[in-house]
Amino acid sequence: MSASITGTDKVTLTRPSGARTIKNSLAAVYVTLATVLAIVPLASILYSVISKGFHLITSSSWWLQSQRGITPRREGGGLYHALVGTVEIALICAAIAVPIGVLGAIYLIEYARGKKVARAVSFAVDILSGIPSIVAALFIYALFITVFGFGRSAIAVSCALVLLMLPTVLRSTEEMLKLVPDTLREASYALGVPKWKTILKVVIPTAFSGISTGIVLGLARVMGETAPLLILVAYGQGINFSPTSDVMAALPTMINSGRDQAQQMPGYERVWGAALTLILIVMVLNLIARGIARMSKLKEK
Amino acid sequence: MSVTETGESEALDPTRSPVAGHKDVSAHTPVPAVNPSPRRGAAPRASDSRSGVKLAKIGRAGDRTFLGVSAGSGALIVLLVVFVGVFLLVLALPSLLDNKANFLTSQEWKVSGSELRFGIAGLLWTTVLSSVVAMAVAVPIAIGVALFITQYAPRRVAGPLAFLVDLLAAVPSVVFGLWGIAVLGPRLVPVSEWLSTHLGFIPLFAPGIRSPGTVFVVAIVLAIMILPIVTAISRDVFMQTPRDHMEAALALGATRWETIRTAVLPYGRSGVISASMLGLGRALGETIAVMIILSKPADNAGFVPSLFAGGETFASKIANNAQEFDTPSKTGAYIASGLVLFIVTFAVNAVARVIAERGHAKS
Amino acid sequence: MAKRIDVTDVDIFYGAFHAVADVSMTVEPRTVTAFIGPSGCGKSTLLRTLNRMHEVIPGAHVQGSVELDGTNLYAPGVDPVAVRRVVGMVFQRPNPFPSMSIFDNVASGLRLNGVKNKKVLSEAVERSLVAANLWNEVKDRLGKAGIGLSGGQQQRLCIARAIAVEPQVLLMDEPCSALDPISTLAIEDLIGELKEKYTVVIVTHNMQQAARVSDQTAFFNLAAQGKPGKLIEIGSTEKIFSNPDQKATEDYITGRFG
Repeated sequence: MSASITGTDKVTLTRPSGARTIKNSLAAVYVTLATVLAIVPLASILYSVISKGFHLITSSSWWLQSQRGITPRREGGGLYHALVGTVEIALICAAIAVPIGVLGAIYLIEYARGKKVARAVSFAVDILSGIPSIVAALFIYALFITVFGFGRSAIAVSCALVLLMLPTVLRSTEEMLKLVPDTLREASYALGVPKWKTILKVVIPTAFSGISTGIVLGLARVMGETAPLLILVAYGQGINFSPTSDVMAALPTMINSGRDQAQQMPGYERVWGAALTLILIVMVLNLIARGIARMSKLKEK
Repeated sequence: MSVTETGESEALDPTRSPVAGHKDVSAHTPVPAVNPSPRRGAAPRASDSRSGVKLAKIGRAGDRTFLGVSAGSGALIVLLVVFVGVFLLVLALPSLLDNKANFLTSQEWKVSGSELRFGIAGLLWTTVLSSVVAMAVAVPIAIGVALFITQYAPRRVAGPLAFLVDLLAAVPSVVFGLWGIAVLGPRLVPVSEWLSTHLGFIPLFAPGIRSPGTVFVVAIVLAIMILPIVTAISRDVFMQTPRDHMEAALALGATRWETIRTAVLPYGRSGVISASMLGLGRALGETIAVMIILSKPADNAGFVPSLFAGGETFASKIANNAQEFDTPSKTGAYIASGLVLFIVTFAVNAVARVIAERGHAKS
Repeated sequence: MAKRIDVTDVDIFYGAFHAVADVSMTVEPRTVTAFIGPSGCGKSTLLRTLNRMHEVIPGAHVQGSVELDGTNLYAPGVDPVAVRRVVGMVFQRPNPFPSMSIFDNVASGLRLNGVKNKKVLSEAVERSLVAANLWNEVKDRLGKAGIGLSGGQQQRLCIARAIAVEPQVLLMDEPCSALDPISTLAIEDLIGELKEKYTVVIVTHNMQQAARVSDQTAFFNLAAQGKPGKLIEIGSTEKIFSNPDQKATEDYITGRFG
């Protein structure tokens, strides 16, 4: 920079000195390369699952049949059994995690903001959000199976997933409640509305789309979780609706149980079909979450 | 509904003097009333029959219930966390006490015989090695992507690009595992061989196994898995760089890169570091992708600290042996290793949070 | 339904901070009283103690008494929620509920307090919107979102919302400060109409506005930053603006400070 001030009398409007231009270009090349490098794995993963699994998911039997009685050597069957398990486990998990998470966030923002007790709860949520899924699974195993003597079950999986979903729901709800301007709360109080009604009828509806987004993203995350399924329930090829049974299929374990087959077997292709289906479900949930977020009545800061 | 009923008859009656019944108020003149006899404590009761305003009775049950329920949820979360910690510790302790090997320094893992001998040294090494390498690979790329999205790409490109990187976060880890062992792993074998041939004198790069199931492949897959997290957070902090910092640099004649170096990167530093730590935390606890890719060494094989060897991480060890949790002492050994993972992840996340908060305080 | 307000020896604190000291005043029914004064002089704070809204901030407390036709709003056992049902408030920035339609916004106060009868609600909504001079502009789109209106319309919607619950007193905290001149004029006209039914207290930064809309004006000031705000002078608007007793008031009115 000093060169142009002291080195010449003329005003130079050309490019800066050589070294600086080169550095600038190198940086541009680097960030472009990094971006390409980040997109390559995504493209490769999508290519792999689509090229190997797409022909499977277009048939109706894929969505409507189970794998009962179908050996890896045989073609056919579907993932209805795993779909049932994945959806059921996720819904039971959400039924427990969503109320606790949303109410916990309400407590933190509406009642305890700035108080010491809020810091304690917040710290606990931080710990919870860092618990690896395998540790959550181990905890539920130790509690339900070692101590209480229950068998393995889909409900146990849901409970382990609660530990993972709870912090996601709570944190996203918290963020959304923070975005609700205090002027709205005051407007409601000024009408003589008690606090609880203000929260339920004014604050929550205003933040509703944001809270739903968090819930849907949390659901997407737990649907892809595998570790608790490995430890807490056995994979079965048949359809089972009972969440207390010790055998229940789910998409991640369907993938995991078939991955050791030889590459040429139809059973191996079904693994990729299941992977494609799982990606599709999770991505659709993510898109839904984005769609809901777009309807939000609150502007992000 | 008391609001509509309250006092209409009285208030709308213009004949009723507003002063009636208030002899004790000394000043009604609209000048500053210096009240000689403050009536503090002698105020009439709210429900006083003389008063002109009827205040509605408000049920407080709703407020009390709602506060109770939400505070209960908060308390439940705290109790849950304490319970998880204490409970795991209680179940792990007997096995830890019976352990004949050194828990922290031994690489042995014999939990099924008559004698308990287990240590976490090998698990810790593989877990930390794979995660740290993953972070080292992912962070520079994530910074590049975040810079590209926030500083280089035109708006029309930046949005979809950010979306694509976010999509990567939507891929379940079991799919990463499948893809890693079937697609990426075989392609990385030549890279591993080249590295171990030329740098094999360093123990970290010593020749290991000739299969895709190496720590190296795991590390690369973990890097791809944490890339979207680190990118997303870095993107957010870069985006928040104050405009005037950047304009100040540009006004001094700085090139785009100089602007980034002097304004954007320093501003985003703590955010990027904390994002990297969060990514590291995720990588440490990853289970299924590691379990699918990493080949388990034979029981009698010695421990090889190389990137190109197989091995087991805390998470994959526990998941691999899930079917064997039949005795409390065995389960206790796995729980003990799970606890170590919990503590390590917690420490990493705590560091991330402290850095993020410090950065927040500064800006 | 207008009520008289007697403020007696009121001191307002936020934690240890003494925000307003020793204020006593009387506001007659069916009048408009304007609070004026420099920023930080405690006029908004005092306004918010009239419906106990300041208690929303943790640590806030009040000494002295505020009486509404003789009922002390700060007597033990008085519920602030009940106070706010009889003392309505309009805020600085229009704050319609974003999750509700125009109709629902106006009906919200009644509905959230338990009124379910549709006929009662729609009558109240129409009456309030008419009173707020907004009915003709929105009657064909009552189901549309309240935040879709212009700023001035939103503020009149908020006024309609406040008067739908038929309060005895209407407090306005700088209701025009976020509005353009035309919307401001509409609100000022509205204030003139509202005082036929309500006791109105308005905080304003705009002295011309105080002169235009109020019957009585109270001037607040503070000795220095960190010192409590004080009521310097209160009197008929005509007097305050033409011949105030205090020099500080005259200086402020004539624009010599503040």
